[in-house]
Amino acid sequence: MSQADTKEAPVAEANTERRLNMIEAINDALDISMSRNDNVVVMGEDVGYFGGVFRCTAGLQDKYGKTRVFDTPINECGIIAVAVGMGAYGLRPVPEIQFADYIYPGLDQLISEAARLRYRSAAEYTAPITVRSPFGGGIFGGQTHSQSPEAIFAHVSGLKTVIPATPYDAKGLLISAIEDNDPVIFFEPKRIYNGPFSGYYDKPVEPWKKHDASVVPEGYYKVPLGEARLVSEGEQVTVLAYGTMVYVAEAVCREKGVEADILDLRTIVPLDIEAIEKSVKKTGRCLIVHEATRTAGFGAELSALVTERCFYHLEAPVERVTGFDTPYPHSLEWAYFPGPIRIGEALDKILSE
Amino acid sequence: MADRPDANGGLNKPALSLHVPEPKFRPGDTVDFSHIDVPEAGAQPRPDEACDPAEMKDLAYGLVRVLGDDNKAHGPWDPKLDPEMLRKMLGHMAMTRAFDERMFRGQRQGKTSFYMKCTGEEATSVCASMALAGDDMVFPSYRQQGILIQRGYPLIEMINQIYSNKGDKLKGRQLPIMYSSKEHSFFTISGNLATQTPQAVGWAMASAIKGDSRIAATWVGEGSTAEGDFHSACTFATVYNAPVILNVINNQWAISSFSGFAGAERTTFAARALGYGLAGLRVDGNDPLACYAAEQWAANRARANAGPTLIEFFTYRAEGHSTSDDPSGYRSAQEREEWPLGDPVMRLKNHLIELCEWDEDRQEKMDLDAAEHVKKVTKEAEANGILGHGLHHPFRTMFEDVFENLPWHLKEQAEQAVHERKTKFPEGLPEA
Repeated sequence: MSQADTKEAPVAEANTERRLNMIEAINDALDISMSRNDNVVVMGEDVGYFGGVFRCTAGLQDKYGKTRVFDTPINECGIIAVAVGMGAYGLRPVPEIQFADYIYPGLDQLISEAARLRYRSAAEYTAPITVRSPFGGGIFGGQTHSQSPEAIFAHVSGLKTVIPATPYDAKGLLISAIEDNDPVIFFEPKRIYNGPFSGYYDKPVEPWKKHDASVVPEGYYKVPLGEARLVSEGEQVTVLAYGTMVYVAEAVCREKGVEADILDLRTIVPLDIEAIEKSVKKTGRCLIVHEATRTAGFGAELSALVTERCFYHLEAPVERVTGFDTPYPHSLEWAYFPGPIRIGEALDKILSE
Repeated sequence: MADRPDANGGLNKPALSLHVPEPKFRPGDTVDFSHIDVPEAGAQPRPDEACDPAEMKDLAYGLVRVLGDDNKAHGPWDPKLDPEMLRKMLGHMAMTRAFDERMFRGQRQGKTSFYMKCTGEEATSVCASMALAGDDMVFPSYRQQGILIQRGYPLIEMINQIYSNKGDKLKGRQLPIMYSSKEHSFFTISGNLATQTPQAVGWAMASAIKGDSRIAATWVGEGSTAEGDFHSACTFATVYNAPVILNVINNQWAISSFSGFAGAERTTFAARALGYGLAGLRVDGNDPLACYAAEQWAANRARANAGPTLIEFFTYRAEGHSTSDDPSGYRSAQEREEWPLGDPVMRLKNHLIELCEWDEDRQEKMDLDAAEHVKKVTKEAEANGILGHGLHHPFRTMFEDVFENLPWHLKEQAEQAVHERKTKFPEGLPEA
């Protein structure tokens, strides 16, 4: 991968006690990227003076001025389009789409333009833009503040799609995305902005401060795009997940005493196929978990890849646990959400074969 | 429903009817363009370049014209170009027309899949481009080949691209005429409509963020102004006072849909500017001097941080939409003959003759030279191959530039493509 050079990722030991939530980690990544490169500009609805509805851009306009951090019209097509034009000029725009559910008016500019500039111009023009957007449900956001549209972007040639699951990764991946010379969709799982989530919505939220992954070093470091993170090691089953579902899967495995290789994919394009193959060939079983709707979701691609590449190592059919093929319902969101029961039953099934 | 004054189910109310626009003339109809208001050349005032758009709103409904029926330049919009500049302008337009003729024929001879002429609209690209600085960034649509010709892009590069041959700098990836040249500050043509319009605004915003002095200009057809992207462009341009010129080429036809399907039955396209607070100009697009003068006005305005401008160039698409289109199926052939604004090449030629700076013999020689030159360059380009004759780029190039670096899945697919090629051509071809 273009940014696979991890030599520049020193974890400063002196800072191991600094703990941030994901919002603070994202803010830190933007701050560092802007301070290192004058061409990085941040824009979006409410991101300027106010600092973003989730506060990810708080303080940046004060620090870098109104021409580098600014509010935009409520026009996602325009936000993406002007970012493409700015990229053609030589800037590195980091537009925010306030909710992933609002990204669709900008789809043509992403799919037909940003994703193809390099190809159609034989690399004369590129779109080095990072589109940040909170995604996923579990916050009573109803159908317009809860969707997980990552598969749409994974399907488009020329786009990279990144989904961090920890504050440490959020910072390191975002810096990598901003420095990447290709367009990157950066989906932030908003359910875990403030703390990891076990899937039990009726239990109190554990803040990030109590979690090891909230240790975020000061200063510059990168997490390369295209490398999965091994969350836990086990021999019984491989669990492929990203974003919020990493924690839910982890909690269910812990509860059931299942010893699983849990892989947090971190980027779905480019995908760390080596890590996936290695793990599945070891365990012989594969469970895929995502919050997005099931049909033609990214789990279908993962399932196909695992079947094509690891078939003779499989002891059981690949299982998918996903959201249902409905819009995200407001009052019944926990009925939609692929929670502990759905994941637990799938684990039972796959382990019983 | 409750607010309807007549609560008896509306029985006494007239039935609503849907208006579906219909062009005035269809195939075989006698064409009469007398409804088109063509003001006297020189009649329109030329406001200060920094003026408030509200003070110039009449210009969004009028028609800026410089060249009169007497072939003389009139009024405050006369850019007062010297004869040498006028001859250059004429030469670029003539070359554009000669190039179009040759490429159209090339497509008919099976040398490529597709071509689009700009006959009758040459002034809207050539003359507008001449009013910009060479490093001002242009975001064209697909009928602005005149800009590349005016900026000195080598014809052979254009033809290589049209033939998708091994010399094509775009590696055969783009439909013919979707050029790109960063060296000439010419953005890669999309083929999707109006997407370039808000991108141009973004480029202009970036130039302003950086305190640069370069401005951006973009071209879009009147039909494509119906796209949401056009609204995005106008909104962002006005919100950030971006140094950009939005050129709308109103050539009356979008394939078979007349301009009424973009709203032309109700108002002008220049009038779109008013609702946004943009400066709006409506210009005779077949008048080379008016095209130059309007673009120059807008460029000066943008460069002085005085704001963006929307210009409607009122012109006529004299030929089909593309080589895939036959306009005789939906419009009257008489339209081209009756078009009240004439032909831009003829109008500039006659103006130069009127100035005693040109004559018919020189015109004839210029046209011949242009045709000969294009013919010669076409031959050179054909040595690099024509579409579908094997002299394309190597298979592996298909997978390059999707990303900066090749990820594993594209590496695997590239291997498959090369394998299929070897299976089909076991003897191998020189260009592996």
